[in-house]
Amino acid sequence: MQLSLGPVLYNWAPERWRDFYFRIADEAPVDVVSVGEIVCSKRSPFFADHIPGVVERLQRAGKQVLLGSLILVSLRRERRQTEELAAAEGVLVEVNDLTCLRALAGRPHAIGPFVNIYNEASAAFHVAQGARRICLPPELPLTSVAAIAKAVPIVTTEVFAFGRVPLAISARCYHARLHKLAKDNCRFVCEKDPDGLLLNTLEQQDFLTVNGVQTLSHTCANLLGEIGLLRESNVGSLRLSPQDCDMVAIVRTFRDVLDGRDDVDSGNHRLAAAYPGVPFSNGFLWAEPGHLYRQARSGDAQGSVSQIGAV
Amino acid sequence: MMELICPAGTPAALKSAIDAGADAIYCGFNDETNARNFPGLNFSRDELRKGIALAHDRGAKILVAINTFPRASAVDIWHRAVDDAVNAGADALILADIGLMDYTARRHPSQRLHVSVQAAAANPDAIAFYAENFGARRVVLPRVLSVPEIAEITRESACETEVFVFGGLCVMAEGRCSLSSYATGKSPNMQGVCSPPSHVTYEQTAEGTKSSLGGFTINRFGVSEPAGYPTLCKGRFSTAQGAGYIFEDPVSLDATTLLRGLRDAGVTALKIEGRQRGRAYVESVVRHFRHALAALESGSEADIASLKPFTEGQASTLGAYRKTWR
Repeated sequence: MQLSLGPVLYNWAPERWRDFYFRIADEAPVDVVSVGEIVCSKRSPFFADHIPGVVERLQRAGKQVLLGSLILVSLRRERRQTEELAAAEGVLVEVNDLTCLRALAGRPHAIGPFVNIYNEASAAFHVAQGARRICLPPELPLTSVAAIAKAVPIVTTEVFAFGRVPLAISARCYHARLHKLAKDNCRFVCEKDPDGLLLNTLEQQDFLTVNGVQTLSHTCANLLGEIGLLRESNVGSLRLSPQDCDMVAIVRTFRDVLDGRDDVDSGNHRLAAAYPGVPFSNGFLWAEPGHLYRQARSGDAQGSVSQIGAV
Repeated sequence: MMELICPAGTPAALKSAIDAGADAIYCGFNDETNARNFPGLNFSRDELRKGIALAHDRGAKILVAINTFPRASAVDIWHRAVDDAVNAGADALILADIGLMDYTARRHPSQRLHVSVQAAAANPDAIAFYAENFGARRVVLPRVLSVPEIAEITRESACETEVFVFGGLCVMAEGRCSLSSYATGKSPNMQGVCSPPSHVTYEQTAEGTKSSLGGFTINRFGVSEPAGYPTLCKGRFSTAQGAGYIFEDPVSLDATTLLRGLRDAGVTALKIEGRQRGRAYVESVVRHFRHALAALESGSEADIASLKPFTEGQASTLGAYRKTWR
C-alpha cells in the first residue's frame, strides 16, 4: 500500500510552503506527492517560483511527483493555466476538472478526488483515456470503493484517508465575503487561516471549515482503522491531506500501522497528538453522515468487507 | 426565440407546463436516477410514456433527467432508465455521469444528449470534452457564471447552451458538493437529494424556531420571523469573522430582467428550476416567462409581474449573472 500526500489546500506563506515540501522530501516516508495550487487561481503566482525547486527536491528523494490542476476552471486565464499544466513533461498531471482532460487524453495522467467517479463504468472510461492513478471522491462508501478498485486493477486506486474533507467548491470566495471584500480585491485574507476558518452553527456546534472558495469538513478524515478493509478491497494508496500540523508525524504513523510496526489504537493516539483538537471522521466510508466516526474495533484493521453495514 | 424549459414533478404539473406555454418539459423517473428524488414525486415508466404522447401532441418536447451518478455495482438501474427513456420517445436525455454518457452514446447513438448542470461544465474546454466524446448537443451551464461569461462560453461552445433563469440557486458548483451527505448521509450526486426533509427538524423555543439538518442547527428564527427550510448552504452560521448567512442568503434566482442579455449572448434555452414544486408554481412561473419572452420578441416593455410568492424567503437575486461579489 502506497502513501500519497495531497496538495496543500490552504494559503500558506510561499517560503513556508516550500520548506514544508523540503522537509517532506527529507523526512516523510511517503511514495507520491501531489503539488500545486488547486483551490484558487489567484494564489497560484505566489507558489509558481518555488514549484520547480520543490519538484526537483521531492524527485531526488525518490518521490513520485504529481502536478495538480485547478478544481474549478472558469476564467480565460484559468483555462490557459490549465492548458500549460497539461503540457508539462516529466511529471504526471493530476486532473481535478475535466477541462484538463481534453488536453491530456491519450497520455498518462492521474485523476484527483475532485473528478466524479462514482462507479466502475466511469473509472473504466478514465482508464481508457490514460488514467494511471485514480483518487476517488471522499464521499464514496466502501462498497463503491471496493467495486471500482476491483474493476480497474491495472491502475492504482486511492482513497482520501487523512485531513479535513473537501466538501464543496464555489466561484464565490467566502473568506472575501466574510471580510466584506470583493473577490477581485480579496487582499488574500485567507492567508490568515493556514488551517482554514472554523464555521460553527448558531448553537456553537463545530461544523465546517472555510478555505476561500472551498468548503471543507470541520472533522478530520481518519481511515487508519480501515486499512485492512481497504487493502482487501484492492485500494493501492492512501491520500493524506496536509493540515497545519506535523505532517511528517502523520505520514510516519500511517506507514508504521501499514507495515505492522504499530497498531491502530496506538496510531490513533499518535494522530490525535499530532493534530489535536479536531475530531476524526470516517462516516462517508461507512455510508453514514460524513461527520461521524465509527471507532475501529480491535482486529478491524484485518477485518473483511463483509463487515460493511454491520453498524 | 429562446426555448423555455420547464420542470414537472408530476403528470399534472407536466400538463400545466404545456398549457402555460412551455417549449419543453424536463422530468425524471421516480427513483434514485434523478436529482430530485423526493417521495411522491416524478414519473413511472407508464406516466412518462403518456406524458411524452401528450407533449408531442401539443408540440412540446420532453427531456428526461437521469442525472445522478450511478452507484457502483448497480449501474444497470441507470442503464435501464436510459433504455426506457429512449424507448418511450424522449426528445433528449439530461445526463451527468461520464460512464452513463458513454453507455448512451454507444447504445443509442442517435439519441439527443444534454449535459446536466450536475456535470459542472463551466468553460468551453469542458464542454468540448462532452461534445467530442459523447456527441452532446447541449450543455446546461452552472449557476456560477455572469452574463458576459455566458456570452463568451456560448460563442466558443461546441454545442448549444441552456441557463437557469428562475428558482432554487446552488451557490456551490453543482455536482461537486458533498455538504448534504456530510450532515445527513444523503447527497445530490448519489441519492438525488439535498438537505432531505427526512433529516429536518424544527424545534420551538422561547425565542422562536430552530431548524436543524442531521442534528446541525441551520438557522434560528424569531417568534415573528417565518421559519424557512433548512437548506444547508442557505443557513445562518457563526465564525470568528462574524455570524450570518455565510454562503448565501435564502433567496431564489430570478433573471427576468436579464433575458435580453441572455438572448444576445446566444443562449439557446432558458430553464426554470423546481421539479419538486406544485402545479401553481409551474403554471405561474412558466406563464410569466412566456410573456416576458413574447415582450422581448416584439420589442415591447416586459410586464414584470412579481414572482415573489414563488421565491425562497420571498426574496430573489440575479445570482452570479450580475457578479456584485466579484
